[in-house]
Amino acid sequence: MQLSREQLLKAYRQMKTIREFEDRLHEEIPKGLIPGFTHLYSGQEAIAVGVCENLNDSDAITSTHRGHGHCIAKGCDVKGMMAEIYGRATGLCGGKGGSMHIADLSKGMLGANGIVGGGPPLAMGAAIAFRNRGKGEVAVALAGDGSCNSGPVFEAMNMAVMLNLPVIFVFENNGYSEQTAPAYAVGAGKTDLVRRAEGFGMPASKHDGTDFFSVYEATREAVERARTGGGPSAFEFNCLRFFGHFEGDPQKYRIKGEVEMARDTMDCLKNFRHRVTEAKLLEGKDLDQVDAEVKQLIEEAVAEAIAAPFPPDTDVTKNVYINY
Amino acid sequence: MAIKTYREALTEALMIEMDRDERVIIMGEDVAGGAGGSAGVRDNQNGIFGTYPQFHARYGENRFIDTPISEAAIVGAAAGAALAGLRPVVEIMFADFIGYCLDQIMNQAAKFRYMFGGKSRTPMVLRTAYGAGLSAAAQHSQAIYPMITHIPGIKVAVPSKPADVKGLMLTAMRDDDPVVFFDHKALFGVQGEVPEGDTPIPFGKGMRYREGKDATVVAIGRMVHFSEAVVDKLAKEAGITCDVIDPRTTSPLDEDIILASVQKTGRLIVVDESPPRCSVAGDISAMVAMKGFDFLDAPIQMVTSAHSPVPFAPNLERAYLPSGAKIEEAIRKSVDY
Ligand SMILES: Cc1ncc(C[n+]2csc(CCOP(=O)(O)OP(=O)(O)O)c2C)c(N)n1
Ligand SMILES: [Mg+2]
Repeated sequence: MQLSREQLLKAYRQMKTIREFEDRLHEEIPKGLIPGFTHLYSGQEAIAVGVCENLNDSDAITSTHRGHGHCIAKGCDVKGMMAEIYGRATGLCGGKGGSMHIADLSKGMLGANGIVGGGPPLAMGAAIAFRNRGKGEVAVALAGDGSCNSGPVFEAMNMAVMLNLPVIFVFENNGYSEQTAPAYAVGAGKTDLVRRAEGFGMPASKHDGTDFFSVYEATREAVERARTGGGPSAFEFNCLRFFGHFEGDPQKYRIKGEVEMARDTMDCLKNFRHRVTEAKLLEGKDLDQVDAEVKQLIEEAVAEAIAAPFPPDTDVTKNVYINY
Repeated sequence: MAIKTYREALTEALMIEMDRDERVIIMGEDVAGGAGGSAGVRDNQNGIFGTYPQFHARYGENRFIDTPISEAAIVGAAAGAALAGLRPVVEIMFADFIGYCLDQIMNQAAKFRYMFGGKSRTPMVLRTAYGAGLSAAAQHSQAIYPMITHIPGIKVAVPSKPADVKGLMLTAMRDDDPVVFFDHKALFGVQGEVPEGDTPIPFGKGMRYREGKDATVVAIGRMVHFSEAVVDKLAKEAGITCDVIDPRTTSPLDEDIILASVQKTGRLIVVDESPPRCSVAGDISAMVAMKGFDFLDAPIQMVTSAHSPVPFAPNLERAYLPSGAKIEEAIRKSVDY
């Protein structure tokens, strides 16, 4: 399906926002103002955006510890996210959650998740709600290659099939779970882990996760099928993460040059720019303008986050319950 | 005695037993790391907390096993391997992830011996890093040792000092019952004197780390360090002296050392990093109220974390945790009563 100029510009803006957000965090973290552990999504942008450009606010996604890209793609406020990562009162979760727990239910973003494999059962449950509501909403579980060895993920896939639920399981194969590659950790399939999803009885396929158009098209069909009662699907999207598992990871498990190679040939932003300018769908200067606007937005987000107050200490026991 | 870090002391215990007993194996996620990675290098981070230096090279693939992210299977496998004659040590990277494998601890390993009429042994150790203080937020910071202490059939160690981690880990690996071993993730770099050689420390034997006459402070894990600092300060600045007692294992619990101290001081303050409800602090307080009521000259004080999940923002996390100021306030309240 041919995307309109507006759709193309939006997709590019979303991917660029993620890249700029993450690259900026990579620069900011060593300065010491960002608490906790941060896992960056650079290199995987086409997956979050290719998936979420098929979704509305009323559709839901679940996410992972590497959730910033998913949040941005699903429409979370970028400044609220940045403030959350800095642990400030103005953050999307009031400074309670941080990088690993950003959520905005009004956007259908059911939370980044510190527990690997935590998301898929939640997405499957959201899909029960959607099926019962009958308005054609869908849930998408974005999960890593490592998570697909976790029992709850298998349980969720089986239930999704036996209940014929509107849920899509997206496995982002970014080459590693922490320091371990799927070629070691995945028994059957090894480099083709989505075949296991097929074994549960749903359509499952593998695509280039650095090509926005592949991800978008594959997901579009699955979303349409799910919206009309056709049940679950699964995807494996391949990519490589550009940074370490977390900021500070010495990355001794990777050969020198792996990241440079990925930045050269597996950069979804470069690929997108090349594709749309070659096909004369957009001009380089359109994209340059987006780049400049995004840079400005992230600049403001960081400045505003740093200027924002921390939450009051009394917030510790606020929101443990609705009432108690 | 040599000065070593908590991490080094733990490694020493693991190596003593891996070298001594072929039946000991270690399993966990990224314990060696690098499996299948493009660099083809194993032992590349020596475990997430650096506790297994060159273990893969030293002990090989059969005894030092990198697993997928499959907590339920890892701990279930440990229990099964233990029934079949091995003595597994398994790592659950963060104690919070015990959520996925609680069944294997609570309904499997803990129950075999009793359910099977005393016919089985389940010699396994589950090692895990717990605790707040690193802004790791709600799913990577919990101090859940009270939940595990609650389960009959499981022994629980929560060491605070390098020497203790070595001695208790040796005992854990030689014990024929399942042990859950909690290391505070903020203690790995802490230094202390560690005795050379094979120096096991028995379970159920607490240690007095400060001696005084005015109050008894019982503290668990990292809170021992917090309490010592406050007690030293009060001795210097206010002439108030306290016993600081570390039970070291919460199951079995050394009731005698606590009761003897409270008999001497008449006052008890318990410092525990867990939230207050059904905590080790509550358990020790109840034990002293029942068995040492006549010794008490003041109400028991508990200093615990808040009854809330662990927050992310650093100021909130500090407000959540016991602090020097809160411990000092509790001691003064008790002494001034
Ligand atoms: C239940 C659980 N086990 C282990 C971890 C520690 N951990 C955090 S991320 C991670 C690797 C996840 O790999 P993958 O699913 O491929 O996601 P990626 O990091 O590549 O985005 C591990 C083991 C965790 N957070 N939760
Ligand atoms: Mg991965």
